[in-house]
Amino acid sequence: MFINFESDKPIFLQIAEGLEDAILAGAFAEESQIPSITEFSVSFKINPATALKGITLLVDEGVLYKKRGIGMFVASCAVEKLRRKRKEQFYDNYVSGLVTEAKRLGLTEFEIKAMIERGFKINDRD
Amino acid sequence: MIEIRSINKSYGKLRALDNICLRFEENKIYGLLGRNGAGKTTMLNIITGRVFADSGEVLMDGNPIPENDQALQQLYLTSEKTLYPENMKVKDALKWSKQFYPEFDIEYAQKIATQFGLDTGKRIKSLSTGYTSIFKLIIALSVNTPYILFDEPVLGLDANNRELFYKLLIEKFSNQPFTAIISTHLIEEVSSVIDHIVIIKDGCIIRDESCEELLSKGYTVSGTAAKIDAYICGKDVLGIDSLGGLKTVYILGNIDADIPEGIEVTKLNLQKLYIQLTNL
Repeated sequence: MFINFESDKPIFLQIAEGLEDAILAGAFAEESQIPSITEFSVSFKINPATALKGITLLVDEGVLYKKRGIGMFVASCAVEKLRRKRKEQFYDNYVSGLVTEAKRLGLTEFEIKAMIERGFKINDRD
Repeated sequence: MIEIRSINKSYGKLRALDNICLRFEENKIYGLLGRNGAGKTTMLNIITGRVFADSGEVLMDGNPIPENDQALQQLYLTSEKTLYPENMKVKDALKWSKQFYPEFDIEYAQKIATQFGLDTGKRIKSLSTGYTSIFKLIIALSVNTPYILFDEPVLGLDANNRELFYKLLIEKFSNQPFTAIISTHLIEEVSSVIDHIVIIKDGCIIRDESCEELLSKGYTVSGTAAKIDAYICGKDVLGIDSLGGLKTVYILGNIDADIPEGIEVTKLNLQKLYIQLTNL
């Protein structure tokens, strides 16, 4: 996980997204415990309230849950939930920006589609 | 809670603090920001009774602080002056601190001195600029008073030791919350650490709000001069940068839902916002 302090994106959102990435990558398995608020805030040198806010976001979405007196755990359906959420965000996060930039450069829909096909081919080969 | 009510302070013709009203709540980390000579140190000295205000009052939980031992025991200020006898060894200074602050944790102080690489057998006067700062930080992090005021805490510290300081501060705060007031002009280093930001300019408070609130308020727009000039009409403009036909404008306010075509919008980070706010 990495926090970019120069980014326009609020730190608590970066914490939440970093945790999501870690869960999707399997670094924090379902039903396993994640580091405490103190560990997050000390290791990234951020205010504990900020770390708490990021983690609360994921608790509200049902990705994490709290065991009283023990700590925070990854929910059993977290990976599935996150995949669904990321798929829903895919258009906003990637496609709309791509189309705007393509128009600015005068790239046609056909050319973009060809590029996407090329991207898939290269990725498959790797 | 510390409350500052209508404090005024002048040095000769210079108005160092101009009718300051502020509150510092319990268990929060405050950033006190301002340019050189803005009045940060004067304010911290007035809070801790080292300097007397010309008028106004400073209260802790409703009781006046100056000459009030009980209130003063709750406060610790690291200042630019070393108040210990110069010939004293660091380890003796730690023991001494315990006499004045009953909650002072000598063991912890020794431990973090080792982490900072400070030899406690050295005499205070022989310490370098950086290590004099570190010595003061070690005391401040070990006194365990409910209010700890840091005046330019990282002055002369190298990058590693600055990181260590912020790490220890957060660790301490997480384990046992207290109120910290950190005066600095290095905003980029403290912006992720502080809850609340107070910006002081020419002796006046120009901002007093949560970091998050302040951050949500600033943005920049850039584009061709004609488009930008039309857009910024009626907006609270903090500053303008021009480069040829391109213009970038710093704006205070909420971002509009519909931005005209051809204008790029970015959020302002605290550093840029602070520079625009405190510019002459």
